[in-house]
Amino acid sequence: MSRVSDYAPIVGDSFVDELRLLAERLEGRSVQNINSTSVGGGVAEILLRMLPLLQDLGVRARWDVIKGNERFFLITKKMHNALHGVQEQFSPEDWEFFLEVNRQNVDVLADKADILFIHDPQPIALVENKKANGGSWIWRCHIDFTAPLPAVWSFLRKFIGAYDVAVFSAPAFSRQLAIPQVLISPSIDPLSDKNKDLSEEEVGAVCARFGLDQKRPIVAQISRFDYLKDPLGVIGAYKLVKEYIDCQLVLAGGGATDDPEGLKVLEEVRAEADKDPDIFVLFLPPASDLEINALQRASTVILQKSLREGFGLTVSEALWKAKPVIASAVGGIPLQIAHKHSGILTHSIEGTAYWIKQLLNEPEYARRLGANGREHVRNNFLITRHIRDYLLLFLSLSKKKDIVFL
Amino acid sequence: MGPEFAFYTRFNLPLLLGVRARTIPELLAGLQAAPGASIYYHTHRFLQQHHYMSPEPPNDFAFWVTGSLGLDALGERLASIDTVKFRTITALQQRFVEVVEAFIRDGKSPSPECPEGEEFHFLSCRTFILPTGLKARDLAEFLAVLRTVSIDSIYFHMFEARLRLERGENDFSNWFEGIGRKDLAAEIARLDPYTMTLEGLRKTLIQKVERHVQS
Repeated sequence: MSRVSDYAPIVGDSFVDELRLLAERLEGRSVQNINSTSVGGGVAEILLRMLPLLQDLGVRARWDVIKGNERFFLITKKMHNALHGVQEQFSPEDWEFFLEVNRQNVDVLADKADILFIHDPQPIALVENKKANGGSWIWRCHIDFTAPLPAVWSFLRKFIGAYDVAVFSAPAFSRQLAIPQVLISPSIDPLSDKNKDLSEEEVGAVCARFGLDQKRPIVAQISRFDYLKDPLGVIGAYKLVKEYIDCQLVLAGGGATDDPEGLKVLEEVRAEADKDPDIFVLFLPPASDLEINALQRASTVILQKSLREGFGLTVSEALWKAKPVIASAVGGIPLQIAHKHSGILTHSIEGTAYWIKQLLNEPEYARRLGANGREHVRNNFLITRHIRDYLLLFLSLSKKKDIVFL
Repeated sequence: MGPEFAFYTRFNLPLLLGVRARTIPELLAGLQAAPGASIYYHTHRFLQQHHYMSPEPPNDFAFWVTGSLGLDALGERLASIDTVKFRTITALQQRFVEVVEAFIRDGKSPSPECPEGEEFHFLSCRTFILPTGLKARDLAEFLAVLRTVSIDSIYFHMFEARLRLERGENDFSNWFEGIGRKDLAAEIARLDPYTMTLEGLRKTLIQKVERHVQS
């Protein structure tokens, strides 16, 4: 299990010392995280890594999970889709059942923590107990909130308004609300399998396993097989580049095997790549973090040509490996890349191809972008910054001024 | 022996105001209505988040006007607003408003709408200030701390104290003055820290203090 001091070689002793100073200011206040699953998904992943670090800092942090049945999770899945703008229908019984499950979970609040940190919509209605329970209540939205369907927005809004503060991951997700809204970006863990340093031998072994030639440039997009990640557009850009530069393309990612659309995308990608031995379509099983890490490190240029994106943390993963990244200016990606400073933002297949050629032909410029990108991630998108933001968020609950002397 | 210098540090928690702009008139409305903390945030965000880059990208307003609206001339005018000359956020805010108002009054350039997804989102921040526990009683001790203290601490004493807390001058110069090092105080006060990276600023400060420690 990682300790905060393990991160000192990466972010500096002074950063870690300052985390401890902030944690001391919480003066023993307890923080209870509540979500709806202990395994799988981004929220559980980040809580699993964060809780031990918060505890190592002396914060009385805990994590509990509400219980629900299949019907509840079908409703919350529909809510999730509707928040992404997908047309879903909700019956009055759906809303009523959602509330009923939240009310059945009231026992989760029994310990009366000082700060209730509620993650995502599933347990959002627990806030009905705010008055009886006491404490400060934070609603943390981890999902894309750019264009929620009005029905689900008007339902959730009543509950959000009862919290003391709401937290979103990107500016585009903010709404006009009567409560304060805080921006806290997600983060990557530099010590996880997906991001930790690998030796050249480890990277070489993965390349050899997949038949990649490390002597020729490798352009890669490592992302779920999904139309919104535009893998066919990536192949289109590669083909424009291939006319001039002898390079390889890696399209690697996972996807649920029970997702018919994902399989359809994969088939189309394979069909499109069929006749070119330099296109590698790699469907990776779950728990392929080390392979993803090695493929990113072996790449010359990394793409994230998404048509729509939540935050797009794969960009930070690539930048952390000091790779030049070309990505679409959607979702949280512009927060991670300042165009021509820490990466390249594009809007089309042709633009992506143009910049791939530039970066392959100008390795010194590409190296500078990658180096800037790594520093940008070090300062803004590592788990240590995320922890610092959470500590500030907890401290902000009892201080109301713009400038706070601690 | 003169007064001690206590090193403080500071952290910002960004706040979302739920206000966005797609056009220049909407940007102007946002600039006029924004709280001072928002103007401060948007004129210092790049400096804080990209403190390894050189040259620094400009303030958020200039960056958006150029990058998302393609209005290079206005972007240049906003980028060249000399933040170091302003002693208060209100005066700085007024200058941004004046430049944008002049652009609208001029009416010679088209007023485009930004592409979907590239709206300007007005943010603000809450700032937390706390002592690091590090102190210096003379220039030699000051130099030793300067080499290792966090970049956030240097940032606080050079930028935040002067403009946000309206202390008139940066904290380092104020202290140098107080211990009778008027030349060094003036040298540091004359710097334009907005045209350096933060690590570049640390190096410059170290060099200048070193010369005075040796003299």
